[in-house]
Amino acid sequence: MKFFPQPIVWSSPRTVTAIVVLALLAMLPIIAAAFDASYYVSLTTRILIYALAAIGLNLILGFGGMVSLGHAMYVLLGAYAVAIPASHGVTSGFTQLAIAISSTALLAAGVGAVSLRTTGIAFIMITLAFAQMLFFGAVSLKDYGGDDGLTVAARSSFGAFDLSNNVTLYYAAFIAVLVALYLSWRAVLSPFGLVLRGSKANARRAIALGHPIFQYQLVAYIASAVVCAVAGVLLANLTLFASPSYGAWTVSGELIVIVILGGLGTVFGPVVGAIILLALEEALPTLIEHVLPDYKSNWMLLLGLFIFVVALVLKHGVFGSLKSRSP
Amino acid sequence: MTTQLALSQLLNGLQLGVLLFLLAAGLTLVFGIMSFVNLAHGSLYMLGAYFGAAAFTHTESFLLALVAAVVGAGIVGLLLDRFALTTLYQRDHLDQVLATFGLILFFNELIRIIWGPSSVFMQVPQALSSTVDIFGFTYPSYRLAIIGAGIAVALGLYLLIQKTRVGMLIRAGATNANMVAALGINIKWLNTLVFALGAALAGLAGVMAGPIVSVQPGMGEPVLILTLVVIIIGGLGSIRGAFLAALIVGVVDTLGRAFMPTLMRTLFERSTADAAGPALASMLIYLFMAVVLAVKPQGLFPASTSVTR
Repeated sequence: MKFFPQPIVWSSPRTVTAIVVLALLAMLPIIAAAFDASYYVSLTTRILIYALAAIGLNLILGFGGMVSLGHAMYVLLGAYAVAIPASHGVTSGFTQLAIAISSTALLAAGVGAVSLRTTGIAFIMITLAFAQMLFFGAVSLKDYGGDDGLTVAARSSFGAFDLSNNVTLYYAAFIAVLVALYLSWRAVLSPFGLVLRGSKANARRAIALGHPIFQYQLVAYIASAVVCAVAGVLLANLTLFASPSYGAWTVSGELIVIVILGGLGTVFGPVVGAIILLALEEALPTLIEHVLPDYKSNWMLLLGLFIFVVALVLKHGVFGSLKSRSP
Repeated sequence: MTTQLALSQLLNGLQLGVLLFLLAAGLTLVFGIMSFVNLAHGSLYMLGAYFGAAAFTHTESFLLALVAAVVGAGIVGLLLDRFALTTLYQRDHLDQVLATFGLILFFNELIRIIWGPSSVFMQVPQALSSTVDIFGFTYPSYRLAIIGAGIAVALGLYLLIQKTRVGMLIRAGATNANMVAALGINIKWLNTLVFALGAALAGLAGVMAGPIVSVQPGMGEPVLILTLVVIIIGGLGSIRGAFLAALIVGVVDTLGRAFMPTLMRTLFERSTADAAGPALASMLIYLFMAVVLAVKPQGLFPASTSVTR
């Protein structure tokens, strides 16, 4: 089996962009250290975590055509899988990851089995309903902070090394993104991915060809949920905090925005989308401060307009608008 | 005492229900006819509340506040439809969700710039500030007026859609827009009318809710989510479904919030129950929606048997 699932077209703009972005991300902690700007390491860790969650969502949204407005609930679950064991003194990252992945897979199997009975707008709403249930469920956990959330005393430790160092955490997130990118690339081009994409293009025809698309969709749904849960584990480690707000419906909305912004149905799109959205959220206040200091806190106005214009103008997202022969 | 409490909570639920209906009617019509998912519908509700509050403080006339909210939100809806959203109608739902998500952020921030981040106070109109005695318990007459107004609007909408020429066109447009256009009806004009009507109803809901909720940026989102739940449970595009589902959701949500903590106290310790009760009560309607969708993906009252589609 070859390492790359398809031959790489080195000259295509998409390949160049992906390689340049990944190379910059790989070197970022070194560059930041050189300029004594360690703040940018945590900011970029955050970007990577959102990118990871969006890669997960993209699996079903971009390739399966399933618009889930509830994927933040798996981020929430991942974060609580760190915070709740940590509050009982369990800081082993292996245990936390195992809890996060197993509980997410179980929940996603149940939610997916029910939700996938519906399609289109009903699917959007039923996933939203489940996410809201988990959100209010987390709010009701009075012993674990309830509405306010709970702080995480220590970052996860993985045997010999732990994530307490910001740079270590950064590279953990970076590697998680790389692995997720590679796996989703492989998955999309595999026979499994082919059926999944076929079910998006024309579900009736895929069924007529004899593919049990429900099972394919369910597996894709569970896989995408698990990726989001891993992002949640990393997020709790970054912020040392877990709160119901991680599972708010606006976060699910943001994840969709990231995927579409980057380019629906492209493997690398979510990374580009996450960089653009979070960098904008970071840069806009500073930018406005220079022009209109009084309106510094009102940067969301421009962000809202930006998202609106992207939806109107860019049909394939930023990365998706670059020319390429490959997805 | 308990029956009176239950009755007054039931009325509260009905009052929330009719407000939700005012929002859901516009949203479900726009979806049924234009197949357009408008997440910014909650922003029109917010704008209505702000227009109303501003007019009320300046003129001290609640009637003028009502007019300002309805006309103002209607005009914003008209402008949105004509200048911002037309190109989106032909696109898939995902683009519409994204664009209107952007609009939510835009409007919230616009309101924050104009009226500031803290909430604006809006008084209950003088004439309705008293309470009424019903079956031995007192109930604020303003809330009763909301219920009355909501039911009146629902009746008016029913007559408009079932008995008038415009209503017939709306129903026809929902069934097959191309055919209506081919028969020489200006479907764009019809779309604009429906959109502006929905916006005006959202504005009406906003100004009526003004005195009983806090008027602040972002007030549209929780209501929007509830409204989406309503139109999904009711069946997309169905006005009758929206009405019934709005009342169900309003009552279930309110009664759940009122009695869930008490109910849980019989099962758990008081402190746990008081903490978890309200949160679990909030889960109720989502649980209800998930069950409805799992059993009847088309909603409880699908549009085919009713007004549209």
